[in-house]
Amino acid sequence: MTLLITIIAAIICTLIWYKNAPKDKMNISMLCFMYWGASLMWFADAVFEYSELRTEFFTPSLYDMVNDAFLGISAVALGLVVWIVILLITDPKRIFKKEI
Amino acid sequence: MACFIVPVAEAVISTVAARILETKEKKSDESQKASDTDFSLKICFSKKVRWLSKLLWGGSFLLAFEHLWHCEIKPFFPFLTAAEHSESFSVMLHEMSTVGVSMSLTVTAAWIGMLIVSGIFEKRPKTQETREMI
Repeated sequence: MTLLITIIAAIICTLIWYKNAPKDKMNISMLCFMYWGASLMWFADAVFEYSELRTEFFTPSLYDMVNDAFLGISAVALGLVVWIVILLITDPKRIFKKEI
Repeated sequence: MACFIVPVAEAVISTVAARILETKEKKSDESQKASDTDFSLKICFSKKVRWLSKLLWGGSFLLAFEHLWHCEIKPFFPFLTAAEHSESFSVMLHEMSTVGVSMSLTVTAAWIGMLIVSGIFEKRPKTQETREMI
């Protein structure tokens, strides 16, 4: 579930980035790199887990699924928090500089 | 356990490599500017190395969060719960050498794919629109 949620987030971010490309004022590419990087790493982890569990890998318990989903959503939210903090610090639209 | 340490190590190396490449490219650009008037569409290699470091830093950061979630990281020495006992430490090293290395290789393979795709686009003949963008 964590891998799935991160991949969905990566795809959505890539679509938003592509829609505005080549302009990247909002630094969406940073989110793309972050989510794709995590997705690739969790994919490698999932391959190892599959080699150990085999068919059990595709039939997780409800508790594990909910916990993994919660972790995935939290990871996506943390990525968004990091992105918004960096966006406000770098201030690409010079909003804060104009105010001052 | 601590598989994210391997991608972090690669991220550090790629960031340093990107910095070194950037300074080298700036020096060569300054010497070329005087003689060269034809602008190319090529993306400089330092920027491409930055793609790899961004993938690795971003992925490792979220992976570190996952380890924190599972209480595998703690805020005080030795920072990793697996490093507290010799038995779990050897398991951690095994996981780093298998899962950690494969994570790094997967990200690097994806980056090589990105290099191949961008290389194909760079070789394409320039259209009027791309010339205007320059």
